Amino acid sequence: MDALFDILGSANFWAAAIRIATPLIFGVLGALICERAGVLNLGIEGIFVAGAMAGWLAVYLGAGLWGGVLVAALAGALFGLLHAFLTVILGLSQHVSGIGITLLATSVSYFTYRTALPDVTSPPRIAAFQPLNIPGLSDLPFIGPALFQQTPLTFLALVFVVLVALVLYRTPLGLAIRAVGDNPASVEAQGLSVVGLRVGAVVAGSALMALGGAFLTMSAFDAFFFGMVNGRGWICIALVVFASWQPGKALLGALLFGAFDAFQIRLQAQIGQVVPGQVFLMLPYLLSIVALILVARRADYPRALLQPWTKGQRH
Amino acid sequence: MSFRLEPREHASVGLKLTVSLAAGIVALLLVAIPVLSAGGSPIEAYGLMVQGAFGSMFALSETLNRATPLILTGLACAVAFRAKLWNIGAEGQLYIGALAAVCVGSGLLQLPPALMIPTVMIAGFLAGGLMMVIPTIIKQRFGADEVVITLLLNFVVILFIQMLVEGVLKDPLSMGWPQSVPLIAEAKLPKLLPRLRMHWGLIVGVVAALILWLMVRKTVLGFEIRAVGENKAAARFAGIPVDATMLKVALISGGLAGLAGVGEVAGVKGYLSADLSPGFGYSGIVVAMLAGLSPIGTVISAVFVAAVFVGADSMSRATGISSYIADLVVALSLLCVLVGSFFLRFRVKFERRQVGA
Repeated sequence: MDALFDILGSANFWAAAIRIATPLIFGVLGALICERAGVLNLGIEGIFVAGAMAGWLAVYLGAGLWGGVLVAALAGALFGLLHAFLTVILGLSQHVSGIGITLLATSVSYFTYRTALPDVTSPPRIAAFQPLNIPGLSDLPFIGPALFQQTPLTFLALVFVVLVALVLYRTPLGLAIRAVGDNPASVEAQGLSVVGLRVGAVVAGSALMALGGAFLTMSAFDAFFFGMVNGRGWICIALVVFASWQPGKALLGALLFGAFDAFQIRLQAQIGQVVPGQVFLMLPYLLSIVALILVARRADYPRALLQPWTKGQRH
Repeated sequence: MSFRLEPREHASVGLKLTVSLAAGIVALLLVAIPVLSAGGSPIEAYGLMVQGAFGSMFALSETLNRATPLILTGLACAVAFRAKLWNIGAEGQLYIGALAAVCVGSGLLQLPPALMIPTVMIAGFLAGGLMMVIPTIIKQRFGADEVVITLLLNFVVILFIQMLVEGVLKDPLSMGWPQSVPLIAEAKLPKLLPRLRMHWGLIVGVVAALILWLMVRKTVLGFEIRAVGENKAAARFAGIPVDATMLKVALISGGLAGLAGVGEVAGVKGYLSADLSPGFGYSGIVVAMLAGLSPIGTVISAVFVAAVFVGADSMSRATGISSYIADLVVALSLLCVLVGSFFLRFRVKFERRQVGA
């Protein structure tokens, strides 16, 4: 019990929880935008890898850090465009296309990395984002190190939560996006383009996912490793269901997940002698599965999710 | 000139074959771009790949050895996808099958090979099958999507295997390597030819494909699988036990992936380790899709995918172009065959616009 309070009482733990949550916030928001428009994007895992690789490589080749972020987002948008072409314009299976995008984005990233850096034995490093020092807030006792000593990308993620929520619920565009995932016929009746809205949502969502990857190589670490994404994308797909497709709950889900992950890492340091390390590493995946099972029955899926749309279609 | 799309009632076998073949060829052609960008010559690279995959008896044996698990994971995906059960967990099921093989076959039972080998295979089949039955039950009882659950279980299973081969199953004679105790000689699958790695798992894969082909065409279960895959509501209305059929499909699908794991342990490595599969489960998805979910086609597309991997390895050694080129070909094949499936569903009709119209 003392161990529990020691962990929860350290600023370091809360800072880690937010750090671990950051790529998931980007990923869940991205997946949420795609699914709200009616398109499941299983390309997320590969788009994470592409964002991580492209952002890192751009910085390594001399672009600034924010230039790297832009390159990562563009890489994500490009794979999103391909997914949108296959699933929205051609109306093909969203499952198969998503898996294909994941395989393609992953192999393109690995191939590019190997080709650009054929001779390296240890991954080269870049000067990654450093924690911001916010005057007044970062120096507060406990609260400062716990909440306000994060890198700019973490704050960007939080800005996006607000932005996505505002757009989805307070603008005509958001209304159209939500409608296109629920009842595309009503959108067409308004004279709006179902295909255009869906393509736009998938491209924008994929760009956000790629930022989650970029956070890994440009903020959490300062290098690119093979296998570093390690299922984070799939976890985001589970978290979207858990968050009932709402940005606020998505933030909450990602933070809960981050707190849990940070907690298990610290617990591992304390009782790791008794329990094998792999048990702790399994917990995040098992937690995602359990979360999915708990909410599945009540989940309010966008009603047109997975359903392709052809112009002038009648039901 | 303009064109319009007409839905097709039925796509002929010839058309399906053409689409699969074209997808493979287009994927190979597209890969010329990364080969060129890496400073290589595509013609030379393709030549070296074909030679590396089929150029000698040794190369052919390596290709067929690589195709063996892919046939089984490909069949696992094909049978599940036919029933619209999205099993993306073949990778994990493969490992659980391999684990069962080690549990049964490393000295717990002492039987002659004629009994030992089937026992090990049945254990692997059941264990792998159970790994898919569980997510299917969860889907039926709680409505949780099987795609995400099977995907996440892959990570859980690999960690579980790591834990075992570093722990209770660790071979004390392995010089500290994280690998399991070896299978006893009676449990090992014999080689097909002396001095080559090809083993009897290949025959198991081909026979499994034939059985599945017969099952889909000639048996009640095959009919039920097709009916459930085409329209679940209609199948239920027609009195087909949809849930029970799905569970049978799950058992067969996971079981086949489990057999792939048995083959790798009992036919190739002799022990279990956490690097047993370089993604055979995920490649199985591509194999099945390339085959248009046909069991016989799966055997052919598995050999194609295996040849791409083996050929790319050999080409990479000769030219220095990264062997990730193989993963690129495989990913592009999947996307190309997906685009091809558009032409199986629609007929593109070109029409000349009339003058003055």
